[in-house]
Amino acid sequence: MDKKFHTNLVVSSAPHIVTDQDTTRLMGTVLLALVPALAASVYIFGLRVLLLSLVSVIACVGFEYIWNAALKKTQTVGDLSAALTGLLLAMNVPSSFPIWQLILGDCFAIIVVKALYGGLGKNFVNPAITARIFLFISFASNMSTWPVTKLAGTDAVTGATPLAIIGEGAFDKAALPTLQQMLLGLRGGACGEVCALALIIGGIFLIIKKIISPIIPCAFIGTVFVIALIATGSVYQAVFHCLAGGVMLGAFFMATDYVTSPKLPFGQLIFGIGCGLITMGIRFLGSYPEGVSFSILFMNICTPLINRWSYKVYLKKGGKK
Amino acid sequence: MSQGKHLPSIHVPHHKNTAGHETVVMPIPDVVKICMSQNIGAPCKPLVEKGDYVKVGQRIGDVDAFVSAPIFSSVSGTVIDIEQSRGSMGGFETLVVIETDKKQEVSEEVKVPTIETFEDFVKAARDSGMVGLGGASFPTHVKLNPKNLDECEYLVVNAAECEPFITTDNREMVENGQDVLDGMQMIMKFLDLKKGFIGVETNKPDAIENMRRLIEQNEIDNIEVVELPSSYPKGAERVLIYEVTGKTMDAGVLPAQLGVILDNVSTIGVMAEYFKTGMPIVRRRVTVDGDAVANPQNVYAPIGTQIADLVEFCGGYKKEPRKIIMGGPMMGRATKSDESVTMKNTSAVLCFGQEMAEVKEETACLNCQRCHTACPFGLMPSIYIEAYENKDLDTLQKFNVMQCMECGSCSYICPARRPLSFTNKLAKIMIKEATKK
Repeated sequence: MDKKFHTNLVVSSAPHIVTDQDTTRLMGTVLLALVPALAASVYIFGLRVLLLSLVSVIACVGFEYIWNAALKKTQTVGDLSAALTGLLLAMNVPSSFPIWQLILGDCFAIIVVKALYGGLGKNFVNPAITARIFLFISFASNMSTWPVTKLAGTDAVTGATPLAIIGEGAFDKAALPTLQQMLLGLRGGACGEVCALALIIGGIFLIIKKIISPIIPCAFIGTVFVIALIATGSVYQAVFHCLAGGVMLGAFFMATDYVTSPKLPFGQLIFGIGCGLITMGIRFLGSYPEGVSFSILFMNICTPLINRWSYKVYLKKGGKK
Repeated sequence: MSQGKHLPSIHVPHHKNTAGHETVVMPIPDVVKICMSQNIGAPCKPLVEKGDYVKVGQRIGDVDAFVSAPIFSSVSGTVIDIEQSRGSMGGFETLVVIETDKKQEVSEEVKVPTIETFEDFVKAARDSGMVGLGGASFPTHVKLNPKNLDECEYLVVNAAECEPFITTDNREMVENGQDVLDGMQMIMKFLDLKKGFIGVETNKPDAIENMRRLIEQNEIDNIEVVELPSSYPKGAERVLIYEVTGKTMDAGVLPAQLGVILDNVSTIGVMAEYFKTGMPIVRRRVTVDGDAVANPQNVYAPIGTQIADLVEFCGGYKKEPRKIIMGGPMMGRATKSDESVTMKNTSAVLCFGQEMAEVKEETACLNCQRCHTACPFGLMPSIYIEAYENKDLDTLQKFNVMQCMECGSCSYICPARRPLSFTNKLAKIMIKEATKK
């Protein structure tokens, strides 16, 4: 019995194989899905959008790196979630936004919203949305000065967003862009939110790749449509409301954030409907022209409650099959 | 009859590299070590002593308990030791070590059984030493002798083989399809079952074709091949029964309680062989694969063959093995050493090199709920892992952790590489211990 055996093998619990879809791949796919919107934005507003995006991504990754290094934590910048937050925040500001203020927003998103609560997976509100609201409140005038694209064919350098025009008074078709212009993004607005078409392409890509579930975007956009239809009685205006403001960006990319949205499909449905309701409530009744960020933030905060409710529904059904 | 509705499942790479390889018989190794704990239920007591001469098919282990199956010598030779060794589950197991003389003399005990009544049939099933060859190793005669025999209608044969790499059931159907059918007909005759189903995943076209051809050739009208989607875990007992009959089955319930007799395809094939020849289970087909094996193939290996001998027959190691799995990569057990021996339920021996042996680092939960959507039963592993860490038994029970069958889908799919399936297992043990008091 002088056989040589391998007696020091790795022993671990089953399963012994795992999917190659890890966190980095997921975040990377979402970044990829944002590329059409980013490209459209660069085309519409010029190269400054690219500059803002790069600065924001680098700043977010930088802040997370410094935080982890300073607190001697495991380095997590490789999971790309900070990069995603950076890009999303850049897409949520006007193309003329001052860079130092954007970096301050990045710092708020990464350090205050994410890291202080324990990092990825522990934050209870979406960092990019919360940072956008932080910037909106801190630098109100910079956050509501909307450069107008040269492609719109006017000489004005800045102008009001379509929703601000509606908020001022009646639905004046002459002063507003057409639906086609809304779809293509030839209008005032934040960098990433204007080109609805590019966002829809990105969103559908994510749904096909099974990165996100269609429940939240469908419930969100559907609710916006239905409420606008009831309130205005016009399909044109209802579609207009779906394309306007940050609905597409919010519905596909911000409300679907895993960490801050409900776990179960039933909860996700409630979450999406809630986002739509609050958005339209603010648009029609509130003093701000747009309410997508506030609606997502509010529903983020409601998520634990929605989870509790949906668990009850889930367990009533028997909790299986 | 496939009822057309499917439970959630996941796509894992099939790696059925050995599906087309005809099974080869390996030469008898110098030494075999036959384990006395080869079935769920009571372990066997050795019936032989050091120094005894044993022959092929001779009963060397048995115990007087209902849930048990006898163990037979797979070789002829001399018992050189009865040793205690720490098994893969952590407890001690008794091994009968036999030095082989390579003559393979057949024992006088090997006789074709006479089966006339149901009682004879169940006794013969026990005497064949059969246990579930798919991995669970539940004694077959117990399955064939349910309390509510009158209510049983269907025989469902598990040939899904959803685990990656393993191709033994596939080869059984291709090479011994007739035995499988004969076995099924015997069971259906003695248990008075109306209909038989063979559930096969569509990734085994050869097997499906061969079984359909044989059914036609034998003019059997009450056995049907049911094609299942090739996704994991279609071969899990509760999933298979749902996919074939539409019946939902809770954990802790036996298929017979739903009127279904369920057995693995190789189990039935090998048992039918015993009914014809009288030779109990002394060898089994093992898929030897993995990136560290030089020539992956299907091998007929005597029960009790050491992995090192098995791999040596398959051309040895191509690279340094770092992990060896007994069974499939989703539910199989990693073994510490290649001194380990094959058992009745060892469907595969997979040897992985460094790259595939690496245990991936765990990162933070994203709350993506892929674990929930992947679970065939819609369970919520992300809740269990938190509740387990907090020792929150109420939540674990309320959210039905006991329904988990540890198929590993949640752990496989988790982008954060969290040990979800493993935690479910621990949580179930925690609940069992707490409720025992």
